[in-house]
Amino acid sequence: MSQTSHGIGGLSYDAKKRPWPAEFNVFLALVILVAAFELVGRVFLGDSFLFNTRENVSGLFNEQRLQIIILQVSIVGIIAIGVTQVIICGGIDLSSGSIVGATAMIAMSFAQVATVNGNPNPKAMFIDYGWTDLPVIVPLLVAIGCGLIAGLINGLLIAYTRIPPFIATLGMMVTARGIAKWWSKGQPISFPTDSFAAIGKGLMPVVIFISLAILFQLILTYTKYGKHCYAIGSNEDAARMSGIKIANHKVLVYAIAGILASIAAVVLSSKNLTAQAGMGVMYELDAIAMAVIGGVSLSGGRGSIIGTVIGSLIFGVIISGFTFLRLDAYYQEMVKGVIIVGAVVLDQWRQRRRAIGA
Amino acid sequence: MSDIVLKTENLTKHYGGVHALQEANFELRKGEHVAIMGDNGAGKSTFVRQITGVEQRTDGKIWFDGKEVNFAGPIEAREAGIETVFQNLALADDLDVPSNLFLGREKVLFNLGPFSILDRKAMRKATEAALVRTAVKIPNLSSTIRHMSGGQRQCVAIARTATFASKLIIMDEPTAALGVQETAQVENIIRTLKENGEPLILVSHNMRQVFDLVDRIVVFRRGRIVANLRKQDTDGNDIVAYITGAKTGQAELQAA
Repeated sequence: MSQTSHGIGGLSYDAKKRPWPAEFNVFLALVILVAAFELVGRVFLGDSFLFNTRENVSGLFNEQRLQIIILQVSIVGIIAIGVTQVIICGGIDLSSGSIVGATAMIAMSFAQVATVNGNPNPKAMFIDYGWTDLPVIVPLLVAIGCGLIAGLINGLLIAYTRIPPFIATLGMMVTARGIAKWWSKGQPISFPTDSFAAIGKGLMPVVIFISLAILFQLILTYTKYGKHCYAIGSNEDAARMSGIKIANHKVLVYAIAGILASIAAVVLSSKNLTAQAGMGVMYELDAIAMAVIGGVSLSGGRGSIIGTVIGSLIFGVIISGFTFLRLDAYYQEMVKGVIIVGAVVLDQWRQRRRAIGA
Repeated sequence: MSDIVLKTENLTKHYGGVHALQEANFELRKGEHVAIMGDNGAGKSTFVRQITGVEQRTDGKIWFDGKEVNFAGPIEAREAGIETVFQNLALADDLDVPSNLFLGREKVLFNLGPFSILDRKAMRKATEAALVRTAVKIPNLSSTIRHMSGGQRQCVAIARTATFASKLIIMDEPTAALGVQETAQVENIIRTLKENGEPLILVSHNMRQVFDLVDRIVVFRRGRIVANLRKQDTDGNDIVAYITGAKTGQAELQAA
């Protein structure tokens, strides 16, 4: 027992032993990573990773690189927001990448133009029905509907048949990918309307990612929904004894994850101006990796959206950094794998040390 | 009759062929602290589980707060005003103290269904008040349960029962896993509850603790209540005799 005693009966609590938030460690890791690339760049390439070294552009930082870092992770980042709340709630979602594929195909087919350069759009799926040049709200609602349905099925399976989330979402992963391929018999769907194409243009993915991240950080911190996510992930029995309706909550959590995946699908297909059946492959694992690197515990109850956002930035920095050092893209994947495992090992180690300390 | 908080009549629970609890007649009056003692398997916890709705009784009747009750589950019992501190404390490790106290019944600033905005300030204040009322001292409310000692956790679990206008608190061996000093703290809380006139059922193996804290001792043996004695009418040896079966006690029960 510690020397400093505050409570009655010798109960002690040492305020200094309070660990700093996990997000801070993740942020530190990000800073170290950036510093490492900066150092290696200066020493071996004579170029800066972070700062502007060119004469013809102004500004302290290399803004172009910073934009690319966040832009290339923002679409998977949107998925990671949904996955983060699922993991905090003690679950897992493997289906988000396939939901992106299926949703992108279905939504894009409602966002096509009738004529391309004066000729009828060769890729338009519903041109015979006259469903072309529809207002942007139609493909948006179709997309959100797709994500909602897929998420609801995930949630209902997990909450009511009590099968493990891993299995339920694995089933959805395979099924949704099948739907993506079946929808246009494997053909890509292209030529969206200008209004649909505007959604993913330029830095819009970043704006959407950051807005959703802020929204969900607030939801997880300040609402009943968020509190119950942490409670269920932390101790499901305690949550049940406290009168929280576990089944309803889980259905909602997976439904929201599905909707976020469908938003990512809209942004991605809009940015690429096309939808393909293979879109979003492996996105679910990248999203889970971002959350895990960001300090979200796979055993549930711990983590935050801020952590996941920092985790996604670490992802972006690694990809950009390897390009900057002119290293093969193959190395990125190897290093990504090592970092994912390393983050979990570190988390486990931190937890064990804390358990012994308590 | 009006000052009786809890009354059971012929409360019986069979698990298949095992008669875990037989015809238990029990009464608890307002402001009274009663201890339930007995050997392992004597029926103490079974008795508690029937009252709190964790299990459904085989036979018998329960009156609580003047009404006959049939709780379908522990949540219904809690809503009726029975707060239980379970042996395996029902706390969420990753939440702080106010969140745990208000788990499942959060105070809300704006009602937006599941996305209702929490009134964190009010919950914090109510938590502080509850901790003062129960004399529980936890230096940092925003620390998560994970970082607390067994004693602090137990205190939080007890403070939770006192946060809401509960009509009956049941503690199932609250100090079984605690050290000497932590046990002292929990006992202090129980004394505070007594001063506040809150009725309590304490399941305990600790003879000293029972004689220190409660007004009346009920002894279970082999699923039956074999003794129901006021503290001043008995002593440790007497209770041990009932627990072990050296005394059968039907005569005393009639008298009590």
